[in-house]
Amino acid sequence: MAYSFPDEVLEHVFSFIQTDKDRNTVSMVCKSWYEIERWCRRKIFVGNCYAVSPRMVIRRFPEVRSIELKGKPHFADFNLVPDGWGGYVLPWIAAMAGAYPWLEEIRLKRMVVTDESLELIAKSFKNFKVLVLSSCEGFSTDGLAAIAAGCKFLWWLFSDFGWLLPGKCGLLYALYVDSFLLIMLYRVNDDHVLQTFVYLGLEGIIFQAGAEDSDVFFFLTLIWNLRELDLRESEVDDLSGHWISHFPETYTSLVSLNISCLGSDEVSFSALERLVGRCPNLTTLRLNRAVPLDKIANILRRAPQLVEFGTGTYAAELRPDVFSNLAGAFSSCKELKSLSGFWDAVPAYLPAIYPVCSKLTSLNLSYATIQSPDLIKLVSHCPNLQRLLVLDYIEDSGLEALASSCKDLRELRVFPSDPFGAEPNASLTEQGLVAVSLGCPKLQSVLYFCHQMTNAALITIAQNRPNLTRFRLCIIVPRTPDYLTLEPLDVGFGAIVEHCKNLKRLSLSGLLTDRVFEYIGTYAKRLEMLSVAFAGDSDLGLHHVLSGCESLRKLEIRDCPFGDKALLANAAKLETMRSLWMSSCSVSYGACKLLGQKMPRLNVEVIDERGPPDSRPESCPVEKLYIYRSVAGPRFDMPPFVWMMDDEESALRLS
Amino acid sequence: MAKELETELRLGLPGGGTEKNEKKRVFSEISEDDENGKVSNNNNEKKMQSKSQVVGWPPVCSYRKKNSFNDSKASKMYVKVSMDGAPFLRKIDLAMHKGYSDLAAALEKMFGEALRDADNCEFVPIYEDKDGDWMLAGDVPWEMFIESCKRLRVMKRADAQGFGVLRSRETLNATSKNE
Repeated sequence: MAYSFPDEVLEHVFSFIQTDKDRNTVSMVCKSWYEIERWCRRKIFVGNCYAVSPRMVIRRFPEVRSIELKGKPHFADFNLVPDGWGGYVLPWIAAMAGAYPWLEEIRLKRMVVTDESLELIAKSFKNFKVLVLSSCEGFSTDGLAAIAAGCKFLWWLFSDFGWLLPGKCGLLYALYVDSFLLIMLYRVNDDHVLQTFVYLGLEGIIFQAGAEDSDVFFFLTLIWNLRELDLRESEVDDLSGHWISHFPETYTSLVSLNISCLGSDEVSFSALERLVGRCPNLTTLRLNRAVPLDKIANILRRAPQLVEFGTGTYAAELRPDVFSNLAGAFSSCKELKSLSGFWDAVPAYLPAIYPVCSKLTSLNLSYATIQSPDLIKLVSHCPNLQRLLVLDYIEDSGLEALASSCKDLRELRVFPSDPFGAEPNASLTEQGLVAVSLGCPKLQSVLYFCHQMTNAALITIAQNRPNLTRFRLCIIVPRTPDYLTLEPLDVGFGAIVEHCKNLKRLSLSGLLTDRVFEYIGTYAKRLEMLSVAFAGDSDLGLHHVLSGCESLRKLEIRDCPFGDKALLANAAKLETMRSLWMSSCSVSYGACKLLGQKMPRLNVEVIDERGPPDSRPESCPVEKLYIYRSVAGPRFDMPPFVWMMDDEESALRLS
Repeated sequence: MAKELETELRLGLPGGGTEKNEKKRVFSEISEDDENGKVSNNNNEKKMQSKSQVVGWPPVCSYRKKNSFNDSKASKMYVKVSMDGAPFLRKIDLAMHKGYSDLAAALEKMFGEALRDADNCEFVPIYEDKDGDWMLAGDVPWEMFIESCKRLRVMKRADAQGFGVLRSRETLNATSKNE
């Protein structure tokens, strides 16, 4: 005798299960759990927008409120993916506009977003709340104006009457009549009959629709409800600073605004100030470079509740009145935990932030060209710092000071101030990183650019910090050996993977042989993402990684002597990963074709700007190769320099 | 005198008019003249890559490259663009365009609506240079133009004549500079 909980109970239980992994597991228990789960899943993460089609997602999950999509491969950040490769979001937005009218959140990374897409978002999703565009491109401030303005006309014709479920209710249409809003709601009663209700209300007022029975409840918000607009590191065509004036005067719900990527051009400052002043829930505000230092005080005084703040250009002639005004404004912000911006920072103005330093947990000084002594003074004021982004101007001495002052440090990123200079620009060596690894017991995540490294230093770091989860080391000159012993850095990185059992992400650099990959394959069992450049001797290296790293999801390789053998021998592994990128390696066109033919669930893309790969011998290596698993089959939005290696079935289908 | 004629011919369209009649070419003055505008690649990425030996190495993301170091002056050249009769001011990044015809296409796209509404009159793009003088766009080589242009204005041809843009004189100056 089988009995189970009623659906509602299971649904309620499932609502406590938030992560995708767990949700996926739940859905595989049995068919009825699959059904229940798919109706109540509200959040979707698609790590590769080409792995699945919008239609497939919508079909399985009809009631989604939040979606996150990623487009281009990571190496696109370093210009290795030619322009026009793909990653267009419009097809997704168009599909979701019809299927998810109550979509609230869209988060995109490395996708091409056009003004048309942004306009469609503003028009289609009545209860839209969060838009995050991370490293995206293709849009201008015109698109942002559409987002700011939101939807003015609520014309929404509900056309699908095919499936009348008792209790189902919704908005039939709405229209503005002068400043009044006329809306018609519908509800399906227990006899499967459609009932309609007409209401007249004032613009901007929240409606609650009721009928005779109290269990019909329809909540309609008419105010543009955008909470978060985050343009993180996107490339925006800055046509006009006035887009920010498009937020209606009645709009007050902004919680988070990040426009730091908007280059050197002014956003209409008075509109920005007014916007900040009327949004009492604003907790994150990151300004762009064009906002001058003397304007910061006014902004801060209007938003003393800020938790995260990014300045604009932090440079001006030192004037006591400006300084004291600024310091006063900072001290009025009792909740500030995170600071960023600081473009071209002038050391004399840094003390203005001292009043808030003791509470700071995150500090991004990676655009501040300030030198080590000033940096030391600053970090010594921040005992609660958990996250620091800084330029190599901090030097070993600054990192030593950091190690002694900031015992709660979890994440450190040191960027190069002069990445293309042959000689080191600052006295930053492996010693700085060793000091931090010794002094900061909670250090988990490292990104470090430097000019020299030793195996001994890496071993010390590994032994001190077995709790590292992300370790990305970039020794600037490729193939640089241990500068003391002149040996490869295999043993050093080997120690990292051996000791740091929870290492999820690793980036290698320096002189490395196949041996480092043997260590990685043997020890890095939890590794999910590996980045390799100018390393290895033979296919054996790649084979070690593909056969040994059980948790590997993303592998990106450039300029390594890896060819066909390891790839073909581990073809099945590729279906267990999200993607593999290989550029300037030795994988032949023939091998790519073979892989494409034999692995129908992989999309094998050859990216070659020299022209069609079949105009060259099959043994000729391809320029770039991008392989990813997909249930959507080959894509059809490819530019002329991308060739899809078709499997036999689809080739027949197309012919 | 001969020189003036030469340059006048150069500035006008070779065929003397609108060959493509379906699509009205508004900026006839500059859009056909590509001689001044040959920049082999306008891709800022490529400009930056030529500095380093290897593409994409060290792995500093392009956003960071554009927004820090000393490249900020090379990356963007925004100038304000106003158009007579249009209520809004726009901005255009000159560094993103290859030459005058590319610029003309961008301006047409930007002001498309307003241009088409304005009863068939022709427009000329003029710009304010470093010295504060208003010049007709298209006279000087593209590279020189983007260095000196502070802002652009799209003006009705009829008004331009009255505006005092002394074309011939400026043209002569430009050509003598070229020599």
